[in-house]
Amino acid sequence: MYAFTYERPKNVDEAVKLLKKAKDGKILAGGQTLLPAMKLRLASPDTIVDLSRVKGLSGIKASSKAVTIGALTKHIEVMGSAEVQKSIPALAHLASLIGDPAVRNRGTIGGSLANNDPSADYPAAALGLGATIKTNKRELPADKFFKGLFETALAGDEIIESVSFPVPEKAGYEKFPNPASRFALVGVFVSKSKDGVRVAVTGAGEGGVFRVKEMETALAKDFSAKAIEGIKVPAKNMIADIHGTAEYRAHLIGVMARRAVAAAK
Amino acid sequence: MPTVTVTVNGKSHAVDVAPETLLVELLREKLRLTGTHVGCDTSQCGACVVHVDGAAVKSCTMLAMSADGASVTTIEGLANGGSLHPMQEAFREHHGLQCGFCTPGMIMSAVDIVNRKGSELDEQTIREELEGNICRCTGYHNIVKAVGAGAKAMKGGGKSARAAE
Repeated sequence: MYAFTYERPKNVDEAVKLLKKAKDGKILAGGQTLLPAMKLRLASPDTIVDLSRVKGLSGIKASSKAVTIGALTKHIEVMGSAEVQKSIPALAHLASLIGDPAVRNRGTIGGSLANNDPSADYPAAALGLGATIKTNKRELPADKFFKGLFETALAGDEIIESVSFPVPEKAGYEKFPNPASRFALVGVFVSKSKDGVRVAVTGAGEGGVFRVKEMETALAKDFSAKAIEGIKVPAKNMIADIHGTAEYRAHLIGVMARRAVAAAK
Repeated sequence: MPTVTVTVNGKSHAVDVAPETLLVELLREKLRLTGTHVGCDTSQCGACVVHVDGAAVKSCTMLAMSADGASVTTIEGLANGGSLHPMQEAFREHHGLQCGFCTPGMIMSAVDIVNRKGSELDEQTIREELEGNICRCTGYHNIVKAVGAGAKAMKGGGKSARAAE
């Protein structure tokens, strides 16, 4: 790999200072996306700020209302957490589908959200549950956090500290994985709570994760797979690549959404 | 050049590395432990799997600096002197390899599976858990058999990798 400066701050304030000082600084969390991106020269930061020694950014807290997960919490911890499994089983299920065991041992929830890969799993959970993303500067609702392909509302020196997921009445996540990369060709997260129904789609949109309002309205009246049977998502603005056409992905959204509703608990 | 202090297979090392050095480069090029392989270099094939503080990771997708202070176990650290680790023995017994390139990663992942899921592993579990390890020779059939048998043998008093760590 090419050369960069490596920094390992002990707290968030120090990390922010280092990021401000750098010309093109990047935060290293689990590195499961950043390091491959750097090898491919898709990212070429002059400074890497490794957060692994910053205390207080890892761990899971659950109450009857919300599950709050520290940014550096690894996928394996979320999938294995008895509290997550009890409060939001769909979220534990989602974490268990990310990458493979070795990737889940390193990859973090904060890294996944900050990267906002259009085929990543966690953005679907954040948008599909109406999560709140807490940074060193502010609290951002998921609806205002994701800004398109690999883009978020985060400023260059802003660091995610934790993510809070409201506990829904029920939720489900179904994913059609690309068999090689295990990223979502299409993944749909649905949730039902007193604030309404949310349907969030990852893997399909050219602009990253998005909600399907028509399905939400139908499911609010009748939370069943049958209620969304007739709803077709237009192929416009869907990703088209060697793995699937835009039409195929649009069709899969309907299939995955119905399965997610049927599996919701 | 920063210094990384790391315990590998029970032995402590302090090595000066360029910040961009990957953990697998530290192991292979600085410590000359070439049992850990680099296959795809894109964290898909799993040939580079080692254990860092007891958890399987892809050492091509971790900076050496991130392992500072950690305890690493590589394939070289599994055998007890001249006697193979039960998982290594099972791969030999069940012909779980042909060219052998993926084998170190397969075995390190297999030991990790046993550490997480215990010694009674059904075929479906083994196949799912080996999702991140790619073999281009065997068709996996004998690898799956070897992992199942190795898991049982590890329970039967074989030296576990946890102990080595």
